[in-house]
Amino acid sequence: MSVSLVLAILVGVLVAGGVVLLLERSLTRVLLGAVLLGNGINVMILTMGGVAKEAPIIGENAQADQNDPLPQVMILTAIVITFAVTAFLLALAYRSWQLQGHDEVQDDVEDRLVATRREAEELEDTGADADLEAAQDARAAVEETASPDDDAAITRDA
Amino acid sequence: MSTADLVPLPVVLPLLAAGTKFAIGVRWPRLQRAISVGTLTAVLVVAVLLLIAADRHGPQVAAIGGWQPPIGIVLVADRLSALMLAISAAVTLCVLVYSYGQGSADEEEGLPLAVFHPTYLVLAAGISNAFLAGDLFNLYVGFEILLVASYVLITLGGTASRIRSGTTYVIVSLLSSLLFLAAIGLVYGATGTLNLADLALKLRELDPDIRLVLELSLLLAFGIKAAVFPMSAWLPDSYPTAPAPVTAVFAGLLTKVGVYAVIRTETLLFPDDDRVAALLMVIALLTMVVGILGAVAQTDVKRMLSFTLVSHIGYMIFGVALGSQLGLSGAIFYAIHHITIQTTLFLTAGMIERVAGSTSSERIGGLAKTAPLLAILFFLPAMNLAGIPPFSGFIGKVALIEGGVQDGSWLAWTLVAGSVVTSLLTLYAVGKAWSRVFWRSPRVSLPTRDAATGPGTLAGEAAAPGPGPARGGAGEDVSGATIGGRDITRGGRMPRLMTGATAALVVLGLAFTVFAGPLTGVTDRAAVELRDRAGYVRAVAPVALLRTPDGYVIGPPATIPPGFSDSGADDPAPRRTPGPRATPTPGATP
Repeated sequence: MSVSLVLAILVGVLVAGGVVLLLERSLTRVLLGAVLLGNGINVMILTMGGVAKEAPIIGENAQADQNDPLPQVMILTAIVITFAVTAFLLALAYRSWQLQGHDEVQDDVEDRLVATRREAEELEDTGADADLEAAQDARAAVEETASPDDDAAITRDA
Repeated sequence: MSTADLVPLPVVLPLLAAGTKFAIGVRWPRLQRAISVGTLTAVLVVAVLLLIAADRHGPQVAAIGGWQPPIGIVLVADRLSALMLAISAAVTLCVLVYSYGQGSADEEEGLPLAVFHPTYLVLAAGISNAFLAGDLFNLYVGFEILLVASYVLITLGGTASRIRSGTTYVIVSLLSSLLFLAAIGLVYGATGTLNLADLALKLRELDPDIRLVLELSLLLAFGIKAAVFPMSAWLPDSYPTAPAPVTAVFAGLLTKVGVYAVIRTETLLFPDDDRVAALLMVIALLTMVVGILGAVAQTDVKRMLSFTLVSHIGYMIFGVALGSQLGLSGAIFYAIHHITIQTTLFLTAGMIERVAGSTSSERIGGLAKTAPLLAILFFLPAMNLAGIPPFSGFIGKVALIEGGVQDGSWLAWTLVAGSVVTSLLTLYAVGKAWSRVFWRSPRVSLPTRDAATGPGTLAGEAAAPGPGPARGGAGEDVSGATIGGRDITRGGRMPRLMTGATAALVVLGLAFTVFAGPLTGVTDRAAVELRDRAGYVRAVAPVALLRTPDGYVIGPPATIPPGFSDSGADDPAPRRTPGPRATPTPGATP
């Protein structure tokens, strides 16, 4: 099976660009990265059909000259799916912007609580109800950068 | 009409029902419920019929549109598929009933439910399609159906915390889908076919190194979906914020679909590759140990459960890595057990949230007095998960450990030790959670019905009790929320449907213990069938495509080459008693 070099390079460029964008923190860039990556993989599947030949229509072209139609069918399905997911991601990015004023992917609050727990525990010796207060402190520290909570989101909706 | 004609129904019925429900909208709630419950019950009945047929007469194959494989796609229900299908149908049905209980308790009619229930059916269709797919691309489509439905479900209501966790989930899933698609492209480029049975024949002719590349790229894609260790960090981050029924069904089924795909490809397409088996063993060990250490560190019940979910995926991967009949049988048994138990535990976590207003064991306590039934409903599956002797978790673990001992390599022995340690740590984690949440005296006063906000008020945090730390919940990420994203109605009586559905799943989990004999019989036979690949290939009977000057013509069904099955196919009698293996793997020291 021979493969077009141009297509192979195109796949490489698209995938590389997609990966770089996917590593960004802004959701819009991640979205563009996913689109690039998806297109790169679609082109790769296209090259798996071998060298380009005539359209696979019976009666129009001799069967030996026809392209393998299966990769194209798969790409069509993949395009439809990627399209739907892209639309969904756009909606997510818009909603994120609506709620927070930006569309950056955020850390998990509980993860950071666990990460800061040691500091919280060191504070524990200072007072009677200290572990709770320390947890409060840790939580407050996290909240400074965390998202506004659900209620704010809902009231803005209402 | 033969049973093979029933095979497409578990995919088609939920899709049709979902379409009907979208068309109806929010009208006629009774009819809506009847459609959902009726559809999933029908799927359950069909799945059980398929399981019986597959167990008695071998794989049931439906060629869609009458196109012969490998040209057309096929849906195949062999013992493994039918068994997974039956369990998933039972679990989705119970969770559906639970969600009706929760929805009516929160007086949530209208928009979110009108989206939730049809999407839930689409999810069920996707899961069925993934289990039944006899074609790699159809497996991809099945994954996509269930994933797109899960994107909608995990961000339902669109609150800040769900958008945050949903973003991670969607991007990770999208990436794994793209990797899967790339792997499919590579497989097609290397073999020219995507039909699983046809691939089983054609992959043999490939260069082993190319085969390894294909195997690893498929495993990478499935590994992300199954939340296997290096690719598992997304799961505990994204699951806990979703509404209880959604988390429950995700925890039970979505990762297991990934595990199913791993089992299917490892047995049917790439059997007996020692390099990959060793890799899988290491991964299984890391998944188990790292996952359970995460669970021990958590104070929130839902997050603790998410980490145990990751950890116990390791057991199934261990069974697959062993590849012996005992190992595969143990992995299948463990998957079934784990689907049910993990779903039950997440449902009870949803009930804890309703009773106490939180699932953080820092804040709640003493629920054994206020909700004794809930304490029992949590205790039984929790002990089952930890693998206390009479329960099915113990049976599954013993089967896997037995398989590991039988394998005898030092890696397998390490795995055996690791799985015992994991089991003990699981007991510690769930025991700690149970004693904190249910046993010790409450540290803060529990919110009562009076203190709780009324169902139309949106200022949810006002429901938190004045004294105590719960007031600090202003960026609280893991808090009780309805399907629509509002705060759940707290206190009051537990809706009967929720208790009933959870109790039904607890009973199902216990039934695995009572009927462990027949069940291990089925999983043993499924393992034999998986190892003897010839049965699957013969049932699908992909025709050979002969190349002629004018293109292709359809030839006779492909013949199965000698030496194709790697197990003692002539000796189909399944035996659980440990004994000398029919075909010892080279390299395994006795």
